[in-house]
Amino acid sequence: MLSKEKLESYWRENRSLMFLVLLIWALVSYGAALISGFLNKIVIFGFPLGYYMGAQGALIVFLLLIILYAKSMDKVDRKYGVEEE
Amino acid sequence: MVDRNFAERLRKVYSIYTGGLILLLILLYIGERAFGLSPTFIGYVFLFGTIAVYAAIGVISRTGQVAEYYVAGRRVPAVFNGMATAADWMSAASFIGMAGALALQGYNGLAFIMGWTGGYVLLGVLIAPYLRKFGAYTIPDFLDARYGGKLPRFVGIVATLIVSFTYLVAQITGVGIIASRLLGLPYEVGVFVGLAGILVCSFLGGMKAVTWTQVAQYIVLIIAYLIPVTVLSYKYTNNPISQLSYGFALQGVEQKFAQLKEDPKEKEVREIHKKRAEDLKAKIAALPQSWEQGKRELEEKLKAMPADDPKRAEVEKQLKDYPKSPQEAKEKWTDAMKKANDAAKPPRSYTAPPADAKGMANFLALMLMLMLGTAGLPHVIMRFYTTPTVREARTSAGWALFFILLLYITAPAYAAFGRYEMLNLVGKAFNELPDWVQKWAKVNLITIKDLNGDGIVQFAEISIHPDMVVLATPEIAGLPYVIAGFVAAGGLAAALSTADGLLITISNAISHDLYYKMINPNLSPSTRVKIGKALLLVVALLGAYVAKFKLAIIVELVAWAFSLAAASLFPALVLGIWDKRMNKYGAIAGMVVGLTATIVYLYLSRFKGVELFGIKPIASGIFGMPLNFIVALVVSRLTPAPPEKLQEFVDHIRYPKGAIRAGAEE
Repeated sequence: MLSKEKLESYWRENRSLMFLVLLIWALVSYGAALISGFLNKIVIFGFPLGYYMGAQGALIVFLLLIILYAKSMDKVDRKYGVEEE
Repeated sequence: MVDRNFAERLRKVYSIYTGGLILLLILLYIGERAFGLSPTFIGYVFLFGTIAVYAAIGVISRTGQVAEYYVAGRRVPAVFNGMATAADWMSAASFIGMAGALALQGYNGLAFIMGWTGGYVLLGVLIAPYLRKFGAYTIPDFLDARYGGKLPRFVGIVATLIVSFTYLVAQITGVGIIASRLLGLPYEVGVFVGLAGILVCSFLGGMKAVTWTQVAQYIVLIIAYLIPVTVLSYKYTNNPISQLSYGFALQGVEQKFAQLKEDPKEKEVREIHKKRAEDLKAKIAALPQSWEQGKRELEEKLKAMPADDPKRAEVEKQLKDYPKSPQEAKEKWTDAMKKANDAAKPPRSYTAPPADAKGMANFLALMLMLMLGTAGLPHVIMRFYTTPTVREARTSAGWALFFILLLYITAPAYAAFGRYEMLNLVGKAFNELPDWVQKWAKVNLITIKDLNGDGIVQFAEISIHPDMVVLATPEIAGLPYVIAGFVAAGGLAAALSTADGLLITISNAISHDLYYKMINPNLSPSTRVKIGKALLLVVALLGAYVAKFKLAIIVELVAWAFSLAAASLFPALVLGIWDKRMNKYGAIAGMVVGLTATIVYLYLSRFKGVELFGIKPIASGIFGMPLNFIVALVVSRLTPAPPEKLQEFVDHIRYPKGAIRAGAEE
């Protein structure tokens, strides 16, 4: 059993990670969509950047975010000794 | 515990399966080329071949055990759970419809691409690991345990049933359409062939059988999706990786659009559409007289014709298709007027975002609803109960999204190529159109009419059905029929796997949540599974019965399901995990207000023409969802804190291991 303080600090770390992940999540989807008219002026290999973000870019970031969160939580779990066997 | 030997064995079995699939494709290809196998024969091989494999998996995984029936024994490794979730999630709409919608709508269609993937971030971070730690079977289980009492469970059951059943009917409709296209059977027969295919997977083995068939179905659908577009990409650019190569098509499309905007011939056709829209408007205004007059004119025309006039059949058909009542005429003509009005507008840039603030507001709202709805859909959440550990539930969300992305980042390539090919038709003479156009014109998936009578195709003269883009790509790429048949089998796999996941969710909600937990808790485990199976059969038949009518409203209902889930279940789940102070009163008040507000806006915007801030019916949860959160937070702070036992429960689900003892895994 962990102490109450330890548990609370575990949850605080989890929460700030969650906020970070959701901030990036919102920026690459909603943020990029809002300025996509501007981003479209940048064209790479035929892809207007604004369109590309919606079609593929944001999706790849979503995947990276889930991986990042899972990996970081593994570390936090071990740090507080609440990981599963 | 993650069982390594088990995972190793699974990998071996599915590798052999994939090899067998590719072998079958090669054999059929040789059969088609060397022995001239007919398309219908190949269609039957694919339909019955794939369904036989799914059925075999279903039989092998048959079970009478409760934990296996409801959560596949909780030993599905993250990678395989990811594949099963991807197949569960991607329906016929993702497989066949999405790329086409994107091709027709351009940037606006991206709301679906981002919306249907972004929800997995929310699932993986906010919901899945905690529900897995809780370790029950369903969402109503969670609502009951977290908020205490039967009322939260009941609200959860109702929301689950509404959302899942409409979705199920849409899938069975999809199965019927694909089966009838693949084999040339009547639609109703297709529905029941498909129904058999759905039941063989889920009936015997519940969640366990569904999971392992869904993995097999994922493999079929992803290979089928990737082959045609890869070949087409290689044909255009010598680069087989379509996901990287379609930039040239985007540029080509944009250049052509700029030309077409000013083209005098295009303007001429657009004028014709505009005139048609005005005529229809006048006719609608003059109802019901205009309806009677139109009918009389047709009848008189037919009477005046000699019996051997070759044009007679055409007029007879017109008369047969003529609206049966002034009410039907109003609907049909309004629809036709909208289409004509759209066709009268100059083409919009393909890659540019919505130009006005209202368009952008609807785009963002729709995207948010699709994301939150995804994270609140019961049949998706259920899948995360099947992983062995909390850690695997987190990784599983990643694997699920990975396998979904293989299809989703390919869809924009399909769309761009489809649009590009469509524009290549422009300027061609009507008598030199490629074969695939003729073929798909026969089934009305593409319509090209020489409206201005100049013998040349104008862009405004082409209208295509969204399904066309994926279905016609094998032929556009010059591939043999085997591949076209395989694509249909892929679409079938997508629809079957989603239907199975939904069927399990619905029958569990009734047998486990409603009957066992609320009405008769003294059932033995084996009776529980038997009741579950009986209900499965009933729900499947009911779904097929409703699907038989092919109601147009079903497609809309599915889109609404996301708004409903986002405004009801999503906030209750998130607050239950992340807000310890949230109590029963807050959660229920929130769900009721959120659901009511969404339904009211849906009704007003769909049927009464109300529109706030440019929000269309499809995104109507954008008002109910935040209301749910606000009402829940306010009400919970004004009412007593949840009892200590429930607060301990929250602690229990927040930590992967043992920090606090409370609640028990079944």
